[in-house]
Amino acid sequence: MSKNNDSNQFRKVDVDEYDENKFVDDEDNGESQVGPDEAEVDSLIRQGNLMEALQAVLKNPPINTKNQNDRAEALMLKVLSAFKSSDIEKAVQSLDKNGVDLLMKYIYKGFEKPSENSSATLLQWHEKALSAGGVGSIVRVLTARKTV
Amino acid sequence: MAYHSFLLEPISCHSWNKDRTQIALCPNNHDVHIYKKDGTKWTKIHELKEHNGQVTGIDWAPDSNSMPPSHLSRYRLGEVWKPTLVILRINRAARCVSWSPKENKFAVGSGSRLISICYFEQENDWWVCKHIKKPIRSTVLSLDWHPNNVLLAAGSCDFKCRVFSAYIKEVEEKPGPTVWGSKMPFGEVLFESGPSGVSGGAGEGAGGGWVHGVCFSHSGNRLAWTSHDSTVAIAEGGKTSTISSLSSETLPLLCVSFITENSLVAAGHDCYPVLFVYDGTKGSVTFGGKLDVPKQTSQRGISARERFQNLDRRATSSETTEQGLESLHKNSISQISVLEGGKSKCSTFCTTGMDGGMVTWDVKSLESALKDLKIV
Repeated sequence: MSKNNDSNQFRKVDVDEYDENKFVDDEDNGESQVGPDEAEVDSLIRQGNLMEALQAVLKNPPINTKNQNDRAEALMLKVLSAFKSSDIEKAVQSLDKNGVDLLMKYIYKGFEKPSENSSATLLQWHEKALSAGGVGSIVRVLTARKTV
Repeated sequence: MAYHSFLLEPISCHSWNKDRTQIALCPNNHDVHIYKKDGTKWTKIHELKEHNGQVTGIDWAPDSNSMPPSHLSRYRLGEVWKPTLVILRINRAARCVSWSPKENKFAVGSGSRLISICYFEQENDWWVCKHIKKPIRSTVLSLDWHPNNVLLAAGSCDFKCRVFSAYIKEVEEKPGPTVWGSKMPFGEVLFESGPSGVSGGAGEGAGGGWVHGVCFSHSGNRLAWTSHDSTVAIAEGGKTSTISSLSSETLPLLCVSFITENSLVAAGHDCYPVLFVYDGTKGSVTFGGKLDVPKQTSQRGISARERFQNLDRRATSSETTEQGLESLHKNSISQISVLEGGKSKCSTFCTTGMDGGMVTWDVKSLESALKDLKIV
């Protein structure tokens, strides 16, 4: 007769790990993607040179690495909130296509962890970035394998 | 542009016969319907019911009049209006099918991460298939043959577009060298797109989404593909790794076709076809224009009452009463096929979509209607 042998550990086994056809991403992290330079960006904000600060923070995005992503995101938020509403449009125009895509990625990352007032600024940036990049830039945020 | 609505269900796939008087299509179920054109009306002349799963791809071989619809239950029926069973030896759904230019073999892309190349073996009087497995790592979504009958481009869900050699020594002689390579044993990968092959900036680049549609140009020297990250890319064979891609501002494009050596038409979730122009000397792809410009409806005045009603319902007091899409197709376009002129000088092409409708587009009238549209 069958009897329950009282062990339910088998329910915790991740069977997907043993699938020999499992799709594994081509990992190429661990590169020297250090993330934007904090000191440089801070100084540019203090000087009031906000366009330069935006360009600087968009350089060298850290891809796929955990801690640096959060630091970069916090820095990005500082820069974006430092802009006046009327200047946002000009700033977005100054970016090239890849820059707009990267900006969109940061905006959505910022939406994930709302702090007070961040969502309002991010929404304004989102509207301007959308008119520059179109729906395609949002699709690229959704399908990107390398998260920022 | 003639819009014809066949049915209410989405058209999953379609294919025309050689003189373009008959069309075979699948209304998202197990059958294939064949319609014949009578003047401006279409009448259904056949219904082929031998599949027991949803039909996912149809390709009508223009000369030999046989047609293999591929479908989800792993077999494939070739019909000269009599069904022949071909066993594909795959354990997942067959996704797309395509006859080679000389019609002596056809390729089937499937969800079991491989492509089956099937050819007819004379001595046993049946269809045999060979598999291309490496290095495909996910479902093959789309296929296109090179004009030399040997090379096959495949776009798949592992974000890459590849060119394989499908040389079968039993049915053909050794092909000459092409721009994609000269040594072509069966299953050899002659080209693979992907992040490694592109000097992308900021981590973007061709290879960020499933490759939905692939198309060789008429000469076979250029390959275009569209991907789910809203990009369209063109690679030129020979010059290693020159992939030019354009990140478009529209929703992802599902199908693409060359209409001249330098222009392509693509369509997808945005419900209208768009034109892209490729500049070979600069290696760049540019957006040529939307190909579906609706006629401007006359603006009638809007009364104050309507204005407040609009504010109530839609939070804007805008004048447009048109809520829906302004394009001819009302839902995503899933397939484009060239009707006349071939891929070098196409004069008419046809699109079918999820709205059950089929539209034939005439290139000449498009060129004259949209003034700044240039098809080079």
